[in-house]
Amino acid sequence: MSELSINPGIEIRDSERELDRFRRRLAILGIFVLALFSLLFLRFLYLQVIRHSHYSTLAEANRISILPIAPHRGIIVDRNGVMLAHNYSAYTLEITPSKVPNLEATIDDLATVVEIAPRDRRRFRKLLEESKRFESLPIRTRLSDEEIARFAVHRYRFPGVEAKARLFRQYPQGEMFSHVVGHIGRINQREVEQLEADGRLANYRGSDYLGKTGLEQSYEKFLHGTTGVEEVEVDSGGRAVRTLSRNAPVSGNNLVLNLDARLQEIAYNAFGDRRGALVAIDPATGGVLAFVSKPGFDPNLFVDGIDPQSWAELNGSPDKPLLNRAGAGTYPPGSTFKPFMALAALFYGKRTPQQAISDPGYFNFGSHRFRDDKVGGHGMVDMYKSIVVSCDTYYYVLANDLGIDPIARFMALFGLGSRTGIDIPGEATGVLPSTEWKARRFSRPEQKKWYAGETISVGIGQGYNNYTPLQLASAMATLANDGLMFRPHIVNYIEDIRTGNRQPIEPTPLRNIGVKQEHIDVIKQALVGVNKEGTGARAFAGAPYVSAGKTGTAQVVAIKQGEKYVESRVAEQHRDHALFIAYAPAENPRIAVAVVAENSGFGARAAAPIARQVLDYYLLGKIPDQPAKDD
Amino acid sequence: MHPIVRRFSRFMTRHIDGILLSAILLLMFAGLVVLLSAANGNFSRAWGQLANMLVALGVMWLFANIPPHYLMRLALPLFVIGCGLLVGVALFGEVVNGARRWLHIGVTRIQPSELMKIALPLMLAWYFNRNEASLKLRNYLVAALLLAFPAALIVRQPDLGTALLITASGCYVIFLAGLPWRVIIALGVAGLGSLPFLWSVLHDYQRQRILTLLDPTEDPLGSGYHTIQSTIAVGSGGVLGKGWMNGTQAHLDFIPERTTDFIFAVYAEEFGLLGNGILLVLFLFVIARAMVITANAPSLFARLLAGAITLTFFTYAFVNMGMVSGILPVVGVPLPLISYGGTSLVSICIGFGILMSINTHKKLVQT
Repeated sequence: MSELSINPGIEIRDSERELDRFRRRLAILGIFVLALFSLLFLRFLYLQVIRHSHYSTLAEANRISILPIAPHRGIIVDRNGVMLAHNYSAYTLEITPSKVPNLEATIDDLATVVEIAPRDRRRFRKLLEESKRFESLPIRTRLSDEEIARFAVHRYRFPGVEAKARLFRQYPQGEMFSHVVGHIGRINQREVEQLEADGRLANYRGSDYLGKTGLEQSYEKFLHGTTGVEEVEVDSGGRAVRTLSRNAPVSGNNLVLNLDARLQEIAYNAFGDRRGALVAIDPATGGVLAFVSKPGFDPNLFVDGIDPQSWAELNGSPDKPLLNRAGAGTYPPGSTFKPFMALAALFYGKRTPQQAISDPGYFNFGSHRFRDDKVGGHGMVDMYKSIVVSCDTYYYVLANDLGIDPIARFMALFGLGSRTGIDIPGEATGVLPSTEWKARRFSRPEQKKWYAGETISVGIGQGYNNYTPLQLASAMATLANDGLMFRPHIVNYIEDIRTGNRQPIEPTPLRNIGVKQEHIDVIKQALVGVNKEGTGARAFAGAPYVSAGKTGTAQVVAIKQGEKYVESRVAEQHRDHALFIAYAPAENPRIAVAVVAENSGFGARAAAPIARQVLDYYLLGKIPDQPAKDD
Repeated sequence: MHPIVRRFSRFMTRHIDGILLSAILLLMFAGLVVLLSAANGNFSRAWGQLANMLVALGVMWLFANIPPHYLMRLALPLFVIGCGLLVGVALFGEVVNGARRWLHIGVTRIQPSELMKIALPLMLAWYFNRNEASLKLRNYLVAALLLAFPAALIVRQPDLGTALLITASGCYVIFLAGLPWRVIIALGVAGLGSLPFLWSVLHDYQRQRILTLLDPTEDPLGSGYHTIQSTIAVGSGGVLGKGWMNGTQAHLDFIPERTTDFIFAVYAEEFGLLGNGILLVLFLFVIARAMVITANAPSLFARLLAGAITLTFFTYAFVNMGMVSGILPVVGVPLPLISYGGTSLVSICIGFGILMSINTHKKLVQT
């Protein structure tokens, strides 16, 4: 301030000049401000006017999400309405791996809120390997209300974890129907590709499950239903805020089966501890009344992906519970083959019913001696007796007289050695031996040749013969129905629950095999004789109905020349399989059945009593109090 | 009117600039309206912000009543303390979200870079005022160093946004103090030349933000998400907007930080181009009034300080709206007077208090 007093004039002028300069600079900054604000305004103009529709679309796309609504899967009931597969609603806890930074830590944390068993973790890890990162995968299923409430309280701690209400598939009959009804499971990548190739993938948006085996697989198209669509407004987290429009899903159709759940249960239990299979068919329609493979497994384990440990137990079990013995297990038919051989003899005119042979207890072919079961033989044997007492020698000779290819051609009429076309997947073909088959089956020239000696053992149902219990039951049903053959089918009709419309399955016969009725009557008479005075008589003693049957015993291991088979000396899994085929009532057959009891010895002793229990229940409503005992 | 009431009224309004205050109140009101929508109609945030506003207005009144020459005395000590605290942050600071910005002092923690936003322009204004009679190139160099020291410390925290804003406020002071044009042009050329070097010293996330600006779609769910969603919000607003409380981007949670740094996206979505125009006009009005005050300020110190405050306010508004509408990178800058948050509101109002003080104390100085 002292300088100011010395030369005030200059100072003021300087000060004025300074102020002018300052104001000029301020004005420049003012222009700068205006320019930048104009730039902003131009930017707003660009975004909000020129590009408005573009950003509007983006905002709508942000806001609206098309959500599929999975339809209810159709239920499966037996002929009397007993529930075999149904749905129930329950909560699952699901994790979307892509939204969770540290899966293990999150699961550990979750375990403090709801119970998570090691089994759940193993199953989750397996699912994780099989799926994409952005799919939500269940870590726990079937949560209780209390667990849901507890999770809801702690939800904020678990981004990427959600409790979802889901429809679950349940199989209340468990292992008894595991091989018929089958089960659903989570859709895997291969199935996604298949669905896409079939043009069905769109209908599976929102569905996590698909029928994997049994009826669940073969009737997938009918059971699944049509997926609905919901247009919802979502927030940035993808959570639905409100529904804008809705196109309801169409529930899948129900299956009503020919199976009788009670009959199935009785048949299953009749096996006791034995392994085996039983197929019962209504000869007049081909409807499958019982379809048993024992042991089964709990199909409920597979619905949400089986944990590796349970899988290893099932897969590694020597009892092979995963094998569908009834449809995919093949067995030599043993003596149950004989009535069909006898019918072939009549068909080709190689025997008359009265023509008898003298049975010394063996048949020599070249240097080989084929022995009869009964030492010393059965004496004079005609066709009736050959079936009733199950004479081997009669059929050694007959087979040799017929030749392998005529035998094969005839047996093919009954469907032996080919798939029956039953309405569940995984059926085995079996083996109907013939020269052509052998040439195809083997690679070395000396193996491709059919040897006449091989025909001999085929005659008694041994050798290369190998059929499924289903084929045997179907053949027996065809015989019972006088040659009119139906395709065996488990489903009676498909029911549309909205319209009540019923679509029947296979109501018309496949073909008539074209054998004379008088020839069939001869065989049928002999089969009645089996259960009256022959090998099945003890099992059917006192039955108030007339039944027809045939026992069979199938060798598991070959017996060397000159050796005798002694059951107690043979390891359990090498013991003979017991077989029995039957139908009843004889005059008007309502049920035909084939039974295989694995490693159980003589068919008369082990398999026939099982068939007796099944026939007794089906015809008389009689409920057995314990499993069938060996006679 | 009763004499006591009249005297009290005069006491309350003597140092208040009515024009500036009405514009400020209008902006604050607009802020409350948007905030209510941004908070999904939840009043608690709006009440909290109303309380913040009352406090800020009180502080503004207080500063309006402090004569500028008192502030002049505070300049040096504040700056020294500010720098000291920044050094303290660098040495003992607490790391939050990967950046060392906070310093614990006893019971609470402070962010010294906030203090520097006021202290630096104050210091530079004081420094130029002190050397007013004989400003030489050397003085500008000293000023530049005074600016560079705290700015460098803040860049290192790292807090690029604050550092740029502080640097901008310092540059405004230096420019207004009359830095010769030849120097400005030379610096401009040198600055362009050194861009590659600057790029190399940036942190990865800072580079990412700049890259994101150039192409936000490159990482739509990561660093580009903010920009993409806020741009959609602005664009979908159209000319008239979707209407108050009707913004889908805002209400369905697509806009991040929608009550604070990105509140302008909510505003633009719901009030459209028309609302944006009105907001720009309001901001321009405040800036224009502040510039008039600046131009008429009685001393170099007051002029420089007022100029810095005015242009810092502008810079905040511009950077925030530029970032929301996708022409500037995402930096943590609130929209002044609109964004939720007490700290920024108070510091903005301190600035306006100082402006009012400068405007109303000059007559007293002259007499």
